[in-house]
Amino acid sequence: MGILVILEQKENSIHRMSLEAVAGAQDMADKMNMEISALLMGADVSPYVEKAQGLELKEVIVAQHELLNEYSCDGFSEIVRQVIEKESPNYVVMAHTYMVRDFLPRVSALSGVPFVPDVVSFQVTDGKPVFTKQMFNSKLGSDIVVNGAQGGLISFQSAAYQAESVRKGDAPVRDIEISLTPDQIRSVSEAPFQESSGGVDLTSAEVLVSVGRGIGEESKIPMAKALADAIGAELAASRPVVDSGWLPPFRQIGSSGQNVSPKLYFSVGISGAIQHVVGMKGSQNIIAINKDPEAPIFEIADYAVVGDLHEIIPRLTEALQEQ
Amino acid sequence: MKIAVLIKQVPGSDSAFRASENELWIEEMQIQYEMNESDAYALEEALLIKEAQGSGEVVVVCMGPSARVSKVLREALAKGADRAIHIVEEDPLETDPYQIANILSESIKSESFDLILSGLQSVDLGMGQTGVLLGTMLGMPTATLVIATEISGDKIKVKRELESGWFQWVGLPLPACLSIQSGINTPRYPSLKGIMGAKKKEIKTINKGDVQLRDSLQMVNRIYSMQRDKKTEFIEGEPDSQVSRLMDILRSEVKVLGA
Repeated sequence: MGILVILEQKENSIHRMSLEAVAGAQDMADKMNMEISALLMGADVSPYVEKAQGLELKEVIVAQHELLNEYSCDGFSEIVRQVIEKESPNYVVMAHTYMVRDFLPRVSALSGVPFVPDVVSFQVTDGKPVFTKQMFNSKLGSDIVVNGAQGGLISFQSAAYQAESVRKGDAPVRDIEISLTPDQIRSVSEAPFQESSGGVDLTSAEVLVSVGRGIGEESKIPMAKALADAIGAELAASRPVVDSGWLPPFRQIGSSGQNVSPKLYFSVGISGAIQHVVGMKGSQNIIAINKDPEAPIFEIADYAVVGDLHEIIPRLTEALQEQ
Repeated sequence: MKIAVLIKQVPGSDSAFRASENELWIEEMQIQYEMNESDAYALEEALLIKEAQGSGEVVVVCMGPSARVSKVLREALAKGADRAIHIVEEDPLETDPYQIANILSESIKSESFDLILSGLQSVDLGMGQTGVLLGTMLGMPTATLVIATEISGDKIKVKRELESGWFQWVGLPLPACLSIQSGINTPRYPSLKGIMGAKKKEIKTINKGDVQLRDSLQMVNRIYSMQRDKKTEFIEGEPDSQVSRLMDILRSEVKVLGA
């Protein structure tokens, strides 16, 4: 059947990372001459159908069941297993979200199809599909090939593809019959809740000013806040700043915090440990200030400002306020 | 309660990683192998659950070459694990998580564990799925990104990390299989008594070849240094000139300032 891309829903919309996954699926389809179907699954997916139809796809497949009202690993994996069985896709493509990390391995075990996770790029080499993934704390790259003809489950890392580059179209819709009974869902999920998010969503901020250990002390945080305000940014932080209690955990970027890809990531006194970099390297533009010209953050920065942030930031804030 | 903890030995995260000449693994000259970070949290959680229950058994399960594995297994036993199962593997090492889970499943299914804990993902390959694969193969419900656990009777409640600072409590019937997120607890150091006692604890060995029943579904074909694809402009000099260049960038290149 080609490629089946599964669209995830988030906050009454199609997840932005799912649109990136569609761009990835379109790239795969171009290189392997395949067609793409999209799957929407849930209790009622009608609010998302129109948006999905507007993508360049062969069709939008709709799988609805009241037991999909809330996410469960058992329920979602069983439905995807059934759709794979009926439609026989060569590849199933999703975004590497927390939900995918939870249930796609179960689909792999149920369907006997390999799950290649967290893919950053795709190419066909000598007629073989090759998936590139970072390994060893993102310090090395690796090429993964799927053995045999059974294809695979693929998840794309955030910002591996741009949501804006998705090709638009006008796809027909088709319902697919699925079955699910309450006894198949063994887990009981309670309502999701937030722990003092402060109403901040760093993932949707266009500009972030992010503070690292190089800021020196808690009393300097307002200096960074003033810069953030002047530039219209949200304030973010690396783990050491949060561990020190200078900023709350919901402002943390990195593997144990948020994963962001804003238009501008303005990093202040962050050295660029890999645990931090994985959470922000997808940013469209990266400006970094650090006094150490060898700081690893400069490896991924577009603009590397080598100097004393305590000298530069107040001057920059003033210049921004004046303009 | 009988608890299994999956433990992987991985190159220490401070290591300088260079691809080996055959591009299938890394240069091992200066590499120290240690317990994978999130696996250490999983082990601690298992020990805490056993202590809270007042009885039970914690069994650590590890696959890999003897030279690498024995150190982390001794460390786990010294921290309080009751015994160990070592699936002995020689080069070339398996990289397919499905195959690895299948081997683990064949090796431990006769043990009938009530709970299986693994770390969320390894810092070397980072496939992040072995625990769920194993749990599914053993017919257990699974949950990942677990940052708190509560046992009550034949059920376990876990707090799961969702995206963007959201969380959710999920109840699962036992037996169950959980992938543990780093930071769930504070892993203990082995005591001197623990280190002495570890020497007397059982390490059962299983030959990988005896439990490998199928072909691998995927393989790592090549490991290499990633090309640096960014051109970085270095902005040095006096703060005033740096600020003036930054204003240009914000206004005309990155374009984040209003008109």
